[in-house]
Amino acid sequence: MSNYSLTNLEYWNRRIEELVKNSRLNCYPQEFEIVDYEDMLCYEAYVGMPSHYPHWSFGKAYERQKTFYHYNLVGLPYEMVINSNPCLAYLMRENSILLQVLTMAHVYGHNDFFKNNRLFKRDTRAELVVEMFKAHADRVREYIHDPSIGPAKVERILDAAHALRFQVSRHGELPLPTPTELTQETTQPVPPRLKEDLLGFLAEKGGLTSWEQDLVNIVRVESLYFIPQIETKIMNEGWASYWHYKLLEELDLPQGMHLEFLQRHNLVVRPHERSINPYYIGFKMFESLAKSPGGRLGIMDIRVNERDQSFLRRYLTRELCEELHLFTYGVQDDNVIIKDISDEDGWKKVRDKFADSVGLGNVPIINPVAVEKGTLQLEHVFDGRELELGYAKETLKHVVDLWGAKVELTTDIANYRQIISCNEDKVIIIKDA
Amino acid sequence: MAIFKDNSASHSDRSAWDRKRHRQLVEEAIKKNLGDIIAEESIIGQSKDKKIKIPIKGLKEYQFLYGKNTGGTASGNGQEQRGQVIGKAGDRDTQDTGQAGNAPGEDIYETDITLEELINYLFDDLQLPDLDRKKFAAIETERKFKRSGHQLKGIPPRLDKKQSVVEKLKRKQSAKRQENAIMPPISERIPFREEDLRYFRIKEELRPNSNAVVICIMDTSGSMDQTKKYLARSFYFLLYQFVRYKYENVEVVFISHSTEATEVNERDFFHRGESGGTNISSGYAKALEIIEQRYNPAIWNIYAFHCSDGDNWPGDNATAITLAKELCDISNLFGYGEITTGRIWNSTIRREYQEHITNEKFIIVTLERKEDIWPAFKRILEKDSSAGGDN
Repeated sequence: MSNYSLTNLEYWNRRIEELVKNSRLNCYPQEFEIVDYEDMLCYEAYVGMPSHYPHWSFGKAYERQKTFYHYNLVGLPYEMVINSNPCLAYLMRENSILLQVLTMAHVYGHNDFFKNNRLFKRDTRAELVVEMFKAHADRVREYIHDPSIGPAKVERILDAAHALRFQVSRHGELPLPTPTELTQETTQPVPPRLKEDLLGFLAEKGGLTSWEQDLVNIVRVESLYFIPQIETKIMNEGWASYWHYKLLEELDLPQGMHLEFLQRHNLVVRPHERSINPYYIGFKMFESLAKSPGGRLGIMDIRVNERDQSFLRRYLTRELCEELHLFTYGVQDDNVIIKDISDEDGWKKVRDKFADSVGLGNVPIINPVAVEKGTLQLEHVFDGRELELGYAKETLKHVVDLWGAKVELTTDIANYRQIISCNEDKVIIIKDA
Repeated sequence: MAIFKDNSASHSDRSAWDRKRHRQLVEEAIKKNLGDIIAEESIIGQSKDKKIKIPIKGLKEYQFLYGKNTGGTASGNGQEQRGQVIGKAGDRDTQDTGQAGNAPGEDIYETDITLEELINYLFDDLQLPDLDRKKFAAIETERKFKRSGHQLKGIPPRLDKKQSVVEKLKRKQSAKRQENAIMPPISERIPFREEDLRYFRIKEELRPNSNAVVICIMDTSGSMDQTKKYLARSFYFLLYQFVRYKYENVEVVFISHSTEATEVNERDFFHRGESGGTNISSGYAKALEIIEQRYNPAIWNIYAFHCSDGDNWPGDNATAITLAKELCDISNLFGYGEITTGRIWNSTIRREYQEHITNEKFIIVTLERKEDIWPAFKRILEKDSSAGGDN
């Protein structure tokens, strides 16, 4: 912050807040923390949380981020905001004043999205988030320091739980079972409420001690907190980009800053050729929706009700598909080839394939189906996409760690129904189903 | 109004613990993969700074994922056509890395480490303190004599004639001066006296001996196939690195034998196959001959190692044992590595060795798979350390 002071930031923030107030945005109180580059890397590694339990994967994340920045593989981090009330965001000291203004405006967009989107309202409790992560961290540290447990045992369970972190209920936490339901469950090896929640099933029914169950639940609860963000990546970034653009245009920036703003903005929302830039797709969609008749009100409802999958299905029009040059690709022999492009015949297929692959659509569904003679039977809900076999085998070993006995997974490999089994000694066998 | 907090004062390195643990896991993974790494390295002629790429398998964060061949959606530049080839399967650019949430990505962690670092990992694992290294270096010492000044007493061969004459002249001159003043004239001839004689003072210098030779002996008879040689090679690589770690000047000798032994270069050693029977003793005889000619055991630390599948011609066993004993006597360490891919029983020669060779510098290891190399090597080093210690 060599060229500006905190007073500068407060000045620009006041002006942004005025514009926010006059818009239809509805935000949590906002807090900005000014941090340096190292702190920013740390926050990124620990998913933005001021307090988080330790695990080597965060060390790895840190090293990787740092290496990427070092080799300039990604731009500088200038946006980090967490879904909490008050909403917490970080501003990196090294950034220019314009970048800070841009970030602040962008953050208000996310803040509003967190507060209003249906998924966030249903599955997260923003006012407890920071406390919750702190409590998790305290408990994990307690287990690590407990002489009868220690770091190695904690790590083994966390490794396993991390491997299954997205195998949880995709629709938030279900209500607790009633006493009648619980009595019924005694005869059901896999109770209906856990049929689509492998991690929850293992936490409850696996061969775990109470502290191990707690660790698995900590990971599971954290996943449930992040799933709304995963499910709305395109919308959330699109919404924030739409608003930072609108707010900064209205701010009447001095010419120099305005120029830098346009440059930065274009960098953020540029297309990533042959991949998907969620900022670009989301920004373009909201921009075009807002221009349509009644759109400025319409987008307020859309941000409340949709998730990426439904958002794309409903609002990705043929015109947008063409403008964004979207296409689908597949693998034939050893080549990656283009399958459909966004023309008259192809755009619907492109749209649908895109919608199916966003958020958790890209995570295979693995469900517990039965327990037979102590062996846990899992099923991959096959939709034409095969599992990466090497990863599946290793992940299965982690399932065994939590289940405590043999585990079998049914899936399709090269058009054949197969069972991958892993016993307690972590020996993997693949046989016909 | 939003709250601004300036938190730069409370800077703490919160990721330190997790980074350290991650680093530890990386190192463990490197060690687990040593078998793969060393097997591919050429034994000698590698610069210490050479970088080796190590794929680390242990650090992937496994999850259930879709395979790489499932395709996806992407944005292009508008020029795309159906059926157009845009890359090879498994290419990273075509992955939907920008898509939300599921960032498992390709977790191939390749770490560049230098040969030197690799060796350090190896020896860290052995927990050899630096102290040991110094001890090793000081065990064998070389005496060197150096002239340093003069002394009045000494043995005839060290007489410094020139200096003795100088001393005599000095005495004569002073006598002359005295004569002029008070004394009566002395005779013309001035003989040497005991006190004129000067001897070289000899300083004895102890220099740590840092010469070592690694003698690699390998059975290249018909029964030694590529897999077995591959194991042998990995083993020799470690041995060479270890010896080089301890001594400054290291030479390597390659001897290959079937029924007869020849000294060969590294390439031929590992790549040229021969056919026919096996006389292990021929390899030992050749080693002894080379030591005799070039590597005086008083100056050289000798590390000899023989790899074979143990299929010796029975009539040769007795000679082999005698020569092996001889090798033990002059070497720091003599090892026999039996490579037993896909066989469970031990060979006759191995049993014979176990029975007849009691020298503590002798060691037998068995190698069956790549994974055996490191533990086997560790046993050898333990042997070497205890033999080089105070006991």
